[in-house]
Amino acid sequence: MDGIAKIDSPASHAEPIRPVNAPRQWIYKHQVTTRIWHWINVVTVFIMIGSGLGILNAHPHLYWGQYGANLDPAWLHLPRWPGWMTIPGHYNLALSRRWHMFFALVFGFGLLFFMISSLINRHFQRQLRISSGELSPGHLWFDIKEHLAFRFHDSKNPGAFNVLQKIAYASTIFFFIPTLILTGLAMSPGMNAAWPWLIELFGGRSSARSIHFIGMVALIGFIVVHLALVMLAGPIGEIRSMITGYWQVPEERH
Amino acid sequence: MSSLITRRALVAGAAGSAGLLLSGCDQIAENPTFRKILFSGNDIHRAMQRLLSTDRSLAKEFSESEMSPVFRANGTLNPGTPEYNAHLANKFADFGLRVDGLVNRPLNISMAELKAMPTRTQITRHDCVEGWSAIGKWHGPMLGNILKAADVKSSARHIVFHCADLFHGKNYYTSIDMFDAFHPQTILAWAMNNAPITVAHGAPIRLRAERQLGYKHAKYVMRVEAVASLAGIGMGQGGYWEDNVDYDNYAGI
Repeated sequence: MDGIAKIDSPASHAEPIRPVNAPRQWIYKHQVTTRIWHWINVVTVFIMIGSGLGILNAHPHLYWGQYGANLDPAWLHLPRWPGWMTIPGHYNLALSRRWHMFFALVFGFGLLFFMISSLINRHFQRQLRISSGELSPGHLWFDIKEHLAFRFHDSKNPGAFNVLQKIAYASTIFFFIPTLILTGLAMSPGMNAAWPWLIELFGGRSSARSIHFIGMVALIGFIVVHLALVMLAGPIGEIRSMITGYWQVPEERH
Repeated sequence: MSSLITRRALVAGAAGSAGLLLSGCDQIAENPTFRKILFSGNDIHRAMQRLLSTDRSLAKEFSESEMSPVFRANGTLNPGTPEYNAHLANKFADFGLRVDGLVNRPLNISMAELKAMPTRTQITRHDCVEGWSAIGKWHGPMLGNILKAADVKSSARHIVFHCADLFHGKNYYTSIDMFDAFHPQTILAWAMNNAPITVAHGAPIRLRAERQLGYKHAKYVMRVEAVASLAGIGMGQGGYWEDNVDYDNYAGI
């Protein structure tokens, strides 16, 4: 049996047995390491975005290449982020940096912990592995139509992620978050001396800084879609499953 | 539609708690214990970067064609003190760079002597803490050679750079530890982009500490002091920015 680690029905312990319908199926969907990482990230990503915007206020211009300052051509001039969006809530570059650099450690080592634990407990292999069949245009189109009809679960295998979900999670875990971490490291002059190849990977410091910003926008995009789908899929059940690990299969929608 | 109300309540709740969390961040940052933890991030980054670095790990050096067309000047643009103005008026002819503190042979190096020392030329990128960067060419003796000439004592842990400028009325100074002090790219530059350093860029001498951010690259260096501890210097945090605005003392990040 691949896919689902455990199937169990705790509802039948907690409640009197339902006379007519059998209790809806409960699935152990999210492993404890996934849940821990998820909630750490809720706090960490929030702080990284707020403090990052605070840092950006010091020089809200983005360039491409090895260098970039006021008199060089910028590809993007950003507005000043208001205090309610930044950490701290007033302009203080030093404190924004303190927040950002501390939580960068939580963010980076959190990802490392999650990746190692998810290989060991086979979360990646079982739940995120995308088969070639899933990437066929027919399957992708079917999944898009299912999403538009607000049907997010395959009734035959309701605990499994659908392919769009897998693509969103896998690209965030293996591409967007690592890009944010590596471009962040690439902006550090100490790291530039220690790992000279890293900054070259991104085409210079100003490019790394621009990609860091684009990565943040992508991550915000992921969060917005993620939260919208949680709302549509049933927020109580989804959030409960992210806390307890157990998810109750919803009644089928027609 | 109770589920819709729930969703609305959840969205409102999430937005509200995000706002609370943001203002909570400011409150929690006032807590001394939390502040200590938050500020410890700098020590952790330093320790990790040092694990990945050797004393020979060099910052990237560029070719002339890669230099910034305009190298922006920042911070103090002219110290403007009477002493500095006097030095500037006679082109630093009487200027002597003092090297003292925990050294066996205190020095007073004239500009002529400094320029006669073996020099290192490097085209490097200057990274401001604000986020901008500029590539320029720097020319001057390695700080390590000067410290060797002064026979720095093994008890020295930090090198402090005392500057001519007052920043918001306070003496600008900064410091680096011995790992960076003896780094080959740490030089006391007296020329920039093939000309003597201009006043705006730190005449007559500017520190280049290429593995750290711009606020460590002290301009108008008047005195180099070897110390065992930063406690007695300024407000004890290792530099003007560290003392006054909570900047990281290790500016390699």
